Amino acid sequence: MLLTVTDLHKGYASADGQITVLDGVSLSLNAGETLALTGESGSGKSTLLHLIGGLDSAYRGQILLDGVDLTALNDADRAALRRGTVGVVFQQFNLIPSLKVADNISFQARLADRHDAAWCAQLANRMGLDAQLDKYPEQLSGGQQQRVALARTLAPRPKLVLADEPTGNLDEETAATVLALMLDLVRDTGAGLLMVTHSQALAGQMQRQIHLRKGRIA
Amino acid sequence: MTRATLHALLSHWWRNPLQLFTLLAGLALATALWSGVQAINAEASASYDAAAATLGEGQFDQLTARDGGTIPQATYVALRRAGWQVSPVVEGRLNGVRVVGLDPLTAPGGLGPITVSDGVEINTFLSGGGQVFGRAEMLDRLPDIGAQPVSAPDVAPGTVLTDIGLAQELLGRDGVITRLIVVPEQPLGRPSLAEVSPDLTRQVAQGTNDLGRLTDSFHLNLTAFGLLSFAVGIFIVNGAIGLAFEQRRPVVRTLRALGVPLRSLMILMAAELAVMALVAGAIGVALGYVIASLLLPDVAATLQGLYGQTVSGTLQLRPVWWLSGLAIALGGTALAAASAFWRLAKMPLLAGGSRRALSMAAGRTAQVQGVLAAILLICAAGLALVADGMVTGFALLGTLLIGAALALPLILDRVLALAAWLSRGIRAQWFWADTRQQLPGLSLALAALLLAMAANVGVSTMVSSFRLTFVGFLDQRLASELYVTAEDAAQADALTAYAADRVDAILPIQSADTQVRDLPTEVFGARIGPTYTDNWTFLTATDAPWQRVADGGGILINEQLARRTGLALRDTVPIMDTTFTVAGIYGDYGNPIGQAILSEDVFATLYPDVNALQFGLRLPPDSVAAFRADLTRDLGISEGAMINQAGIKQFSLDVFDRTFTVTTALNVLTLAVAGFAILMSLLTLAALRVPQLAPAWAMGMTRRSLGVVELIRAVILAVFTAAIAMPLGLALAWALLSVVNVAAFGWKLPMFLFPADYARLGLFALVAAALAALWPAWRLASTPPADLLKVFSNER
Amino acid sequence: MNVKALLLFLMLPFAASAQGFAGLGTDAEGFAVPQPNPQFSFPADHGAHPDYRIEWWYITANMTGPDGTPYGLQWTLFRSAMAPETRAGWNDPQLWMGHAAVTTPDAHFVTERLARGGIGQAGVTADPFAAWIDDWQMTGFDDARLTASGPDFAYDVNLTATGPLVFQGIDGYSVKSAAGQASYYYSQPFYELSGTLTLPDGDVPVTGTAWLDREWSSQPLGDNQTGWDWFSLSFDDGAKMMGFRLRQTDDQNFTSATWIDADGTATPYSDGAFNAAPQATTTVAGRDVPTQWQVTLPDRDVDVTVAAINPQAWMDTSVPYWEGPVTITGSHGGQGYLEMTGYE
Repeated sequence: MLLTVTDLHKGYASADGQITVLDGVSLSLNAGETLALTGESGSGKSTLLHLIGGLDSAYRGQILLDGVDLTALNDADRAALRRGTVGVVFQQFNLIPSLKVADNISFQARLADRHDAAWCAQLANRMGLDAQLDKYPEQLSGGQQQRVALARTLAPRPKLVLADEPTGNLDEETAATVLALMLDLVRDTGAGLLMVTHSQALAGQMQRQIHLRKGRIA
Repeated sequence: MTRATLHALLSHWWRNPLQLFTLLAGLALATALWSGVQAINAEASASYDAAAATLGEGQFDQLTARDGGTIPQATYVALRRAGWQVSPVVEGRLNGVRVVGLDPLTAPGGLGPITVSDGVEINTFLSGGGQVFGRAEMLDRLPDIGAQPVSAPDVAPGTVLTDIGLAQELLGRDGVITRLIVVPEQPLGRPSLAEVSPDLTRQVAQGTNDLGRLTDSFHLNLTAFGLLSFAVGIFIVNGAIGLAFEQRRPVVRTLRALGVPLRSLMILMAAELAVMALVAGAIGVALGYVIASLLLPDVAATLQGLYGQTVSGTLQLRPVWWLSGLAIALGGTALAAASAFWRLAKMPLLAGGSRRALSMAAGRTAQVQGVLAAILLICAAGLALVADGMVTGFALLGTLLIGAALALPLILDRVLALAAWLSRGIRAQWFWADTRQQLPGLSLALAALLLAMAANVGVSTMVSSFRLTFVGFLDQRLASELYVTAEDAAQADALTAYAADRVDAILPIQSADTQVRDLPTEVFGARIGPTYTDNWTFLTATDAPWQRVADGGGILINEQLARRTGLALRDTVPIMDTTFTVAGIYGDYGNPIGQAILSEDVFATLYPDVNALQFGLRLPPDSVAAFRADLTRDLGISEGAMINQAGIKQFSLDVFDRTFTVTTALNVLTLAVAGFAILMSLLTLAALRVPQLAPAWAMGMTRRSLGVVELIRAVILAVFTAAIAMPLGLALAWALLSVVNVAAFGWKLPMFLFPADYARLGLFALVAAALAALWPAWRLASTPPADLLKVFSNER
Repeated sequence: MNVKALLLFLMLPFAASAQGFAGLGTDAEGFAVPQPNPQFSFPADHGAHPDYRIEWWYITANMTGPDGTPYGLQWTLFRSAMAPETRAGWNDPQLWMGHAAVTTPDAHFVTERLARGGIGQAGVTADPFAAWIDDWQMTGFDDARLTASGPDFAYDVNLTATGPLVFQGIDGYSVKSAAGQASYYYSQPFYELSGTLTLPDGDVPVTGTAWLDREWSSQPLGDNQTGWDWFSLSFDDGAKMMGFRLRQTDDQNFTSATWIDADGTATPYSDGAFNAAPQATTTVAGRDVPTQWQVTLPDRDVDVTVAAINPQAWMDTSVPYWEGPVTITGSHGGQGYLEMTGYE
């Protein structure tokens, strides 16, 4: 089992008292499996994704990722986890504006000391970015930028890909292309995929779906 | 990981070279101003130290001839044979170079600044051919004297050192000595000086370095400039670093999301900043060197003219100086970056960075800033009432300036709000509201402008007040048309006899050294007449002070003596066992020691051995030249022994003109730095401005008029800032003149106002602001419509 | 190193460290060199010999105060020439240095003076005899007055010669090394002394005996000699002995001695006859200095222990050395002076 989440709770203190975001979520995911996480705004799906990705901490429950208990990790360990084991595709792309496309693609693999030039070239090629490698992100369209972000995430061959509304900023046609590419490549690398989306159409392309409502699995 | 992270961080600068430039240039300019001023101060104080070390001046007591002439060498030997541990010095000028001859065997400091590593060949030095030590330019000016010249940069400027034997020969002073240095440790059982050589008089060392005290007032100006320009620089650097961090905030978040630990990121960014600080510091030090080299000749001329102190006109690269320049750059950067790093460390990985949160935080900051400013300004007001020393004086300056700088954005904000409220018409209202919105981004630059202007107003006022006071004081003091110095008592007698019925009045200038309440004091004996009674002005005086002095019971003292000893009018002063009553206190600017005036007759009774050798002669100004010629022809008095009053006054005014050259140059430089700060802020704001201005453009304003508005905005902000800077500068001037000056030198300078100067300074500031705004405004005016349109498209 | 220290290396070859006098002494270029069988002429030879490199007038005295406290006194005038000539004025190549000291059992007062020849500040005249530097002076020879002063002490004593001059070595030609370096060397060891010491606690009237050494040369030591230990001993029976040991880099010593009968008859002893061996050392000014010695001259049945009255009699002058009064016990009783140079 690649990922096991058991009875996860998470809340925030606010002026109006305690707000519960996650209220006892459990789920699991195998390597090579794709899972869609759907739900309304505020249902807690992004928070769940961030906790699994080590971007957020302080929760009750257990997250076992590739045999590692995330509860036990400190800040530096979680950073290492983000470098190597997990890859996150953001809705906002989060490319580094001052680096060229080629450098952006290889960036995370370099961080993880796992750079493989041939693999990066193959990724760029399959993403249709061969002509864009020397450009800066601001010179690309939104779809192209998200493809760069996707290639960057896959370059270090993560065991688990987390995607947070990856096509939320793209038009429908572009979104379909990007999603197809993502599913293709995830399948090829044998990674697990957990995607947050509010689109039922996109969710339908995953092997499994989980729907969150008010912090619980509906 | 490190390489990839560093690559990502550094690539930011390659993509945004303008930001890199502003950061480096801001730091470099701040360092340059600071280190330029420091270089001048360091060069001057090194010159004083070299002079003190070379000549034992200030450190050791000295014996000099009572009549001001030379001392026979036999007297030196007689003193030594009586047990007096004294060391001979012979001094004179050769081709304009001051030649000092020492005896290294008996001199308490040996050969002063010279060490054996400088190439002393003691055999050569002591006998036969000889060696002469000095700076290369001085050695070059000596005639060919057969001695071996040795370059020694630590010898006082304008001076060469050699063995006393060779010096006597060079100066044609065989068998005579100029003065004797008294070694601090003396043997038991030695007879008194009067028994061995009654013709000599002992001058007690001042303890502290006299040269330093004399010139302190000048250096205080420079130091004040240095500190203020550094403060201005720190504001700039803080702004530059704050903006750089702000702009890279998204990148930092992405890097952390991709797995770079916060700790590594902070270390890398700190290292990056340190490297930049060093680079900018090095550039700044080099620039500072250029500034100092350009200004030093004027500074040297000023010091030479005002105080007769020789300062080398050429700059030496002292390691202490450039290292401190780099340290200042590093320290300033660290100081400026501290808050940016703190925010970076506190920044949550997933913070939404919502506008609302930011503006709430800004509101809190403004509150804190306002409270802090109020506290500082209240402290300043309190200090203004009680400050009476250097420390409280500088604390006053500090609280005043920082408080004002902190208060500036709040005041401007209120002013702009008021303007918006008062304005009619939508354009005007939009203009004021938009200006107000820009204020946070510009406030650092405006604070820099405020400090620069206030410093300029303050220091200009101080220098100009000093000039005005000093010139008036010269008129009072240099009343006689001609000053003549006699070589000896016989010539003095001949002179008084000759001049008696040829001039309107003869005023002997005679003085003796004494101590009044432990303060070294010069007592003068004055021939009281209309010259004194008509010209002399007092700070405070009894009725008819001169009459009281003439009657024998009164004494006049200078302000320094009064302040340092706490003497007031009608207090009693004992001089040589006789008691006098203070009849008046007069201003005596530029003099470090106490001074007192008695009548000629009383003085003669107290000091029967002192004979006047110097005389002021009153005669019609147009007959001065003819009378000089007569004196030379009939009495053989040399031209060099006579000085025209007009000549001295002209010389003094020339000296002040030099001071003004330096002050003006520093004024322009600090304003340039402030202008640069404005330019930088506007450029970095430009990107943020586009979305703000796009709606105005869309609603029908031309790009050109938008650019003009930007320019007007900068000038209006500068006008408001200048309006606040004026009173601040005057407060600064008041603190410098009435608190710091009194604490440092013992006299209070009256403060004069120079509205024309302030108007010119204000104009400079506006020009600087306008120039700084010109390019950003032009860039804005030529923004392609496509970029403005983007604001409305989805892609932003 | 400052100029003064350099000067002192020039002026004080015998007291300098081993490094200090390497290169000095042996090269007598331009300077006169002592020759065997000297013919002295007095009073002229009491005066200066400017064509020799170095020369000194060296007085040490053992004294007693009213309460029996032993005191020691030193008065030395050194002459060092940069060239074998004299000139009037500051260009005179003759340099002068004075050392004065008073030693009590628990204190040691030292001071130093420097002067140039040629201007009258320091010098020596033979007839009438006067040797001076600043206010310090020795005037008269057989009946002499000796004065010196420092920041914390002074003395003013009278000396009366009660015996003849004694010529050291062979008739005043004193060999200093196996290689033949030598000096002219004579003494007046028979001074009776009376006078006053001025010390921080007040004036002390003293009486005692004094010993004058006159020595001049241009090449005093061999290259391999590192310093010396010099003894002037006055025995209770009226006989006296001068002995010195020159230490060499090969740990060998060169010794020389003169036995002086109570009537002034002198017997020289060449290398090896006299022996001095350290018995105890004291840490003085951060270095170990022998302050108790076994001194033997078997030919005269002398086997005595010589011990410093104040082991801390360190001459803290520009170039430092040890000099102070000693007591003698063993085969003979008595008192004397000890000088030790070259201890690092």
